[in-house]
Amino acid sequence: MTGSIEMAATARGDQRGVAVRLDGLRRRFGAVQALDGLDLDLAPGELVALLGPSGCGKTTALRVLAGLEETDSGRVLVDGRDITTTPANRRDMGMVFQAYSLFPHLTAQENVEFGLRLRKRAAGERRRRAAEMLELVGIGAHAGRYPHQLSGGQQQRVALARALAIEPQVLLLDEPLSALDAKVRVQLRDEIRRIQVEVGTTTLFVTHDQEEALAVADRVGVMRDGRLEQVGPPADIYLRPATPFVADFVGLSNRLPGRVVTGAVEVLGSRLPLVDPVGAPKDAADVTALVRPEAVDVAADPDGTGRVLAVSFLGPTSRVTVELPDDVLVVAQVASARLAELASGTAVRVELHPVPTALA
Amino acid sequence: MAGLATGGLPPRRQGLMRRRARRQRAFRWVVVTVLGVFFLLPLLAMLEFTTRGAGGRLSFDTWRLLFDWGRLRATYPDLSVGITDSAGLVVLTVLLMLVLLVPTVIWVRLRLPRLRRVVEFICLLPLTIPAIVLVVGLAPVYAWVTYFLGGSSLTLTFAYTILVLPYAYRAIDAGLSSIDVRTLAEAARGLGAGWGTVMWRVVLPNIRSAVMSAAFLTVALVLGEFTIASLLNRSNLQVAINLLGKSSAGMSVAVSLAALVLAFVLLMLLSLVGGRRRGIPKENNS
Repeated sequence: MTGSIEMAATARGDQRGVAVRLDGLRRRFGAVQALDGLDLDLAPGELVALLGPSGCGKTTALRVLAGLEETDSGRVLVDGRDITTTPANRRDMGMVFQAYSLFPHLTAQENVEFGLRLRKRAAGERRRRAAEMLELVGIGAHAGRYPHQLSGGQQQRVALARALAIEPQVLLLDEPLSALDAKVRVQLRDEIRRIQVEVGTTTLFVTHDQEEALAVADRVGVMRDGRLEQVGPPADIYLRPATPFVADFVGLSNRLPGRVVTGAVEVLGSRLPLVDPVGAPKDAADVTALVRPEAVDVAADPDGTGRVLAVSFLGPTSRVTVELPDDVLVVAQVASARLAELASGTAVRVELHPVPTALA
Repeated sequence: MAGLATGGLPPRRQGLMRRRARRQRAFRWVVVTVLGVFFLLPLLAMLEFTTRGAGGRLSFDTWRLLFDWGRLRATYPDLSVGITDSAGLVVLTVLLMLVLLVPTVIWVRLRLPRLRRVVEFICLLPLTIPAIVLVVGLAPVYAWVTYFLGGSSLTLTFAYTILVLPYAYRAIDAGLSSIDVRTLAEAARGLGAGWGTVMWRVVLPNIRSAVMSAAFLTVALVLGEFTIASLLNRSNLQVAINLLGKSSAGMSVAVSLAALVLAFVLLMLLSLVGGRRRGIPKENNS
């Protein structure tokens, strides 16, 4: 894993951030084990996204790193220094919250200056730095406005500027886009990535939106029940899921019956390599294979054994649900340009691409 | 009031809406008039009584005397003592209430949310206990207060602080409910603020109108309190008015009217402070 961390940072030639290590973090809330021995390393300047369903512990992990939550056991190390017991106000971390967190009685400029004021920076320096940060997040023209005079997207931009103004060692983003509408979310997501690369701050981004995580992160950590199921570059997470949970949670997967055949799995007559051939059941065992819709190809064929049940138009691509013999349903992702030949009820032939496949 | 935009509706519907708006306007005026008569008539009667001179002529002598502090002290020493005691009690009670309640309520919200119901129950308790019962309980306590601090009327501050707890707590709690205290505090902590800074520079400025409301309510309550002061043999404005009523009805009524008007002004200020809004309308989510 360390190798991929270094690669992520050096790929951008960026070493301005600091290394962060979450070491065996445990946290229990009553009967719920929110963190169950969580280990995670962030390389200097890296952006890691923690992804997982509600209640998986991703926000707790971020809050522990921020110092807003205590741990039952485990350590938090920043730049090699153990800060597990350091209070939040002495951790030097910038944080953007899911809820709008600007101070309502201060203007955007004053909000950004707040952290600098606490650091006793001179008034001129404060104003200059705040103006720079507001320009960086593209909201310099609204510096004199109060939070209630700004839209949700603008407020989150100011919150980001405020977090970055103090030049934090680590930037923490706790679902900062979830309260925004879809278009603004995508726009701001890309800007967060641009700014993070520009300033080079080590960043932990918590989200339940897999598209968001895959789009912005150097590495994605998929969490479940307080521990990491898999950490890796977005492409690895998507194409080579380490566990059935990851395969199921990230993207859409068909659950198709198959049979193990010497390090591969035979599904619908196609032989697909296994993501984890070592951990696979013995040969000839019946298994359920998790196959991505984009690994499924359908073509109109009067002799085909499948029949198109439904078509969902998604823009440039569409999802086609096909019914196969023995009540097997398979979803394929095809270019929308081909929809004319795949009307509901059309007889089709189904083929699978030989991409690494996980087993349920 | 802005008119209704009825341009796009058919004429019959427009007429119906205009008639309905007229009826609502008339109903509002009736309500305002009835309430105005109910509240203002006694006040006007009080004013008329205090301006009734010899032979039924109009005279402002009582009011001139009331606003001439030197003459008032010489003519009605008990009243002037009552006024100064009440003024002192107002200041001290407001201060003690704010010092005790504001940090406590904020701290409970931020750090001890499980204690919120307990604190609320304790703060609302004085509302359910009649003043006379409170006095029965307070009398032995005040024996000790007198022993340690003397018999000054200003010691009523402690009793009055308890008395105003329900109103002040409600006002401050409502203010805290209107903002996301927890997130604001966490944001400030993340930026390097200690707990003192969080309270003083983040939470307090955002509940300023709630704190003002609590203070105004305290002032109104302290200025109108009679039972506890009288039964604990302390002096305040209401006790002085009561005594004065036996010897100089005109001055007694004038002081009562002035105190009432002051309370009304304070409550109007309260609603103005509470209703104040800044800024321009919110833009779209971009």
